Amino acid sequence: MRWIRKNLVGAIAVLVLIYLFIPIAVVIAFSFNQPDSKFNLSWNEFSLDAWSQLCGVPGVCSSFLTSVQIGLITTLIATVLGTMIAFALVRYRFRGRTSTNLLIFMPMATPEVVMGSSLLALFLNLRFPLGTVTVMIAHVMFIISFVVVAVKARLQGMDPRLEEAARDLYAGPAATFRHVTFPLVLPGIVGAALLGFSLSFDDFIISFFNAGTLVTFPIYIWGAAQRGIPPQVNALASLVFIAALAIVLGAQLVSWRRRRALASR
Amino acid sequence: MAPVLPVASVAPAPLEGQKRSSRSVYLLLIPGLAWLAVFFVIPLLTLFMTSLQKESATKPGTYVFGIQVSNYVDALSEYWPQFVRSFVYAGLATLIALVIAYPLAYFIAFKAGSWRSLMLVLVVAPSFASFLLRTYAWKTILADEGPVTSTLNALHLLPDGRVLNTGIAVVAGLTYTFLPFMILPLYASLDRMDYRLIEAGGDLYASPVKVFSRVTWPLSMPGVVAGTLLTFIPAAGDFINAELLGSAKDRMIGNVIQTNFIEFRDYPTASALSFVLMAAILILVFGYIRRSGTEDLV
Repeated sequence: MRWIRKNLVGAIAVLVLIYLFIPIAVVIAFSFNQPDSKFNLSWNEFSLDAWSQLCGVPGVCSSFLTSVQIGLITTLIATVLGTMIAFALVRYRFRGRTSTNLLIFMPMATPEVVMGSSLLALFLNLRFPLGTVTVMIAHVMFIISFVVVAVKARLQGMDPRLEEAARDLYAGPAATFRHVTFPLVLPGIVGAALLGFSLSFDDFIISFFNAGTLVTFPIYIWGAAQRGIPPQVNALASLVFIAALAIVLGAQLVSWRRRRALASR
Repeated sequence: MAPVLPVASVAPAPLEGQKRSSRSVYLLLIPGLAWLAVFFVIPLLTLFMTSLQKESATKPGTYVFGIQVSNYVDALSEYWPQFVRSFVYAGLATLIALVIAYPLAYFIAFKAGSWRSLMLVLVVAPSFASFLLRTYAWKTILADEGPVTSTLNALHLLPDGRVLNTGIAVVAGLTYTFLPFMILPLYASLDRMDYRLIEAGGDLYASPVKVFSRVTWPLSMPGVVAGTLLTFIPAAGDFINAELLGSAKDRMIGNVIQTNFIEFRDYPTASALSFVLMAAILILVFGYIRRSGTEDLV
């Protein structure tokens, strides 16, 4: 009884983590399924077909590449714009701070269906053709805020004495920024960019409203859900999941090693 | 939909060491804020204008400028059940998420030791797999002959004898989808808490329940509020879970907005509904700001 009480929180914590991963196990497992109907919903037979012919179904790979392209370009734009705002918020006092905070926060607090539909209302009223450009505009819009949050956290966690030291050693503002500030903030910016890419790559609702006839990977999945999702989609999503997990765990390992190396010095 | 890292949303903003306002700060701010003004604020105004449009007299099926407030009355009288359902489903999902996220956040903050950063990665990791596919996977897990449904049926817990295509599946799906949005802010606020306060409670012979209700819970309130907002808001506007896991009887307001906008092209009705949803959310957000200010928002 005492053991249970002592470890109850830990046991629940582990159960909740397992719960988070159950659907992922299903997604990966069903990439090895040979569906017996057009719907890949119940287990039939083990098969490597989806993995050996990743692009075997028309439209899967082209939609995947479309999403990668859109993700790369929107991440680049949003990371630059968001990083600039984060620097302004942490480093300067200025008029309009409250409205700036609010303007950054609102896209994160607005349901995607409202953002998607309101942008569509704008594009329809302007008779602006829907497609790659409108989807990229929409993605940059909702990713900026997340970049600001991530970079701002990194900037706030920085030791201000490091920059003071650089100035004491007669580094000018430009040199201080290049050799001290920027390298220290870079991990935060890279993290923000990875987050931004994953948000863009996985976005469905806002893209769906503003895509017109453009098919991104999530839009392909949505369309396929009505007529049966081919296991190739599961295989590609599994690949993305494993790659992203490897990047994050790799980064964790590097920072853990560095901390240990510093500690033993 | 990847989870946000709202860890910073509860971090304090140190104001010392900041430079005074100079003109160059606006060069940093303007490009990004202009993007948000043009593609977030102006669309909301356009949405409002569209919600008041009336049908063209000469070309049926197209809409022209108008101030037709009756659009709102019509939309709400037709779709109020979906509105109510959205708030009930999202409220239930938020409550369940809070109950199961709290122990995990508590464990990561206070008990995980060197496992802490790995556990945080594991909380974020599920969102690296496609959100649509994960929701679709629940169709397999909750299927009528599947293990979950047969277990619950053996215990006679299901009124309809099934989970999939009922409101239960929709709430379960919403809870799952937005759980990381609850875990991360809770963790952030627990992590900032001084664990010695909890220990002191125990040292003073308070029972664990009393320590929790008088010390831990009140101190974690910022995380509870932030997590509740970040879970409830997207859940109330979601239409994926209701579409994939529910039946026609479980439609939420997001489904109505989506079909009216994209399939029926009834822009004024869809815009009116979207705007009402936004207004409801704004009331929640401003309630939060009056409590906590804007500095901790981003």
